[in-house]
Amino acid sequence: MFDTKTYSSEVNQALCDYLLRLADSSLILGHRLSEWCGHGPILEQDIAMSNLALDLIGQARNWYQLAAQQAGLGQTEDDLAYLRDAPQYRNVLLVEQPNGDFGQTVMRQFLFDAYHYYLLQKLGQSADENIAAIAQKSLKEVTYHLKWSSEWVIRLGDGTEESQRRIQTALNNLWEFTGELSKPDQTDEILHAAGLVPDLRKIQADWQNRVLSVLTEATLQIPTRTWMQKGGKEGIHTEHLGYILAEMQFLQRAYPDCEW
Amino acid sequence: MMQTPDPQLLFDLKVAEEQRIEPKDWMPEPYRRTLIRQISQHAHSEIVGMLPEGNWITRAPSLRRKAVLLAKVQDEAGHGLYLYSAAETLGVSREQMIADLHSGKAKYSSIFNYPTLSWADMGAIGWLVDGAAIMNQVPLCRTSYGPYARAMVRICKEESFHQRQGYEIMMTLAKGSQEQKAMAQDALNRWWWPVLMMFGPKDDESPNTAQSMQWKIKRFSNDELRQKFVDATVPQAEYLDLTIPDPDLKWNEARGHYDFGAINWEEFWEVVKGNGPCNRQRLEARQKAHAEGEWVREAAMAYAKKRVMSYEL
Ligand SMILES: [Fe+2]
Ligand SMILES: [Fe+2]
Repeated sequence: MFDTKTYSSEVNQALCDYLLRLADSSLILGHRLSEWCGHGPILEQDIAMSNLALDLIGQARNWYQLAAQQAGLGQTEDDLAYLRDAPQYRNVLLVEQPNGDFGQTVMRQFLFDAYHYYLLQKLGQSADENIAAIAQKSLKEVTYHLKWSSEWVIRLGDGTEESQRRIQTALNNLWEFTGELSKPDQTDEILHAAGLVPDLRKIQADWQNRVLSVLTEATLQIPTRTWMQKGGKEGIHTEHLGYILAEMQFLQRAYPDCEW
Repeated sequence: MMQTPDPQLLFDLKVAEEQRIEPKDWMPEPYRRTLIRQISQHAHSEIVGMLPEGNWITRAPSLRRKAVLLAKVQDEAGHGLYLYSAAETLGVSREQMIADLHSGKAKYSSIFNYPTLSWADMGAIGWLVDGAAIMNQVPLCRTSYGPYARAMVRICKEESFHQRQGYEIMMTLAKGSQEQKAMAQDALNRWWWPVLMMFGPKDDESPNTAQSMQWKIKRFSNDELRQKFVDATVPQAEYLDLTIPDPDLKWNEARGHYDFGAINWEEFWEVVKGNGPCNRQRLEARQKAHAEGEWVREAAMAYAKKRVMSYEL
């Protein structure tokens, strides 16, 4: 249970929305990673991906619990995860993209981790103590995630011809989903003004530096395409999310109101 | 002049005195071969065993269940890793063992050739399959080969957590709605007999048992372990108010054990031969993961030859 603060209704509404964005992105990425369990390319990396998934699902649970309490509607973490449909989901589009080959999974992870890492760093200083506490705890885990994914981007980029081709393809395919990560909208603006969340434009600069340095070390070409997809934060998703939720929510939907 | 003691005598003496045989010690070739077969088969079972439960991770009905199941299946991967390492101390490589699995030469526990059809199967597997594994594995913590015994000590600690989470799923379902209770009963119906088969053929049809007991690789016979398992499990099923699908099951006062019905050994041997409901798909899933991972392993090796990974945040 959190000791939650009371905010104006405008701020509180934005805050609930924002907490769902954090929770949903972590959950959906954790869910995607969990699809690898038992099918990884190397036993050690199978274990590593499950670790990332477990961290992210754990973080999602913390954010959901805080969101539920902040909303004050008596919902549980499972109500939020299992009983909302795609238009209510607020995750960024990047994390719902399919696993593809290991290269695509690694690249998706890296592009998200680099953003997640700086975001959590700043959220760790939020004026809201609950946000700060969850962010600080999550940052420890995400620091490891970013190290893992950076190393694999470098290894695959600078490995063999085939691995370079595959990881470059992944980068080209995923690049259009990175614009949304640090593009502020009204929710971000309201909460930034209230001192609760950072200015996304600052994170954009850190993200870019990090990504450029790793991709350069990995001998990869930065895509030149600049048109970016968006919509995840407002609930307009790619076709993939519906299938994720159909699978994830199946039992709760088929047998409503049960204890599991 | 000092005489070198006969290595066979020394080995026999160590086994008799309950000392551990270590990788550098002399050991009879058949002992080494038996261990390689048993440990690698055990490792493969952990890895193939990830598949039936992995099948429900993305459909777990709550966030807590999802996390616990994922952690459980991940533990099994860790068990596979410890066991491959233990087998490697006997002079066989992980690549070779995996190649033998994929060619069908090496076996794994037949239980994993059965399908997971409902969420209750996650409960039944944890409760019964991990429960049976514990019966088999606890005595292996004292097995005569040191690296195997030490791997089993680590593994057994985690297995009891696995059994508990499975039993807890069953308990929740058994106390739940009519549909949930039916789901739990159905899972018990489907898993009970295959689980009894996990202990292997009857003693009089298990040719390697005597030798393995003499080497103290094995401590109890298949039938002894099976009986222990039935005796421990019947009260647990009663507590859940679920019915074990065996009309011949009853307490035998004179023996101090439960009597149980005849196992369908024909089914057992057919599954061992490859004719179980999921043999083909389990093996194909492993072959596919390995084949699709080849470029990743090659890239990691190529990079390691060029330079040491030293990325610092
Ligand atoms: Fe295990
Ligand atoms: Fe287990």
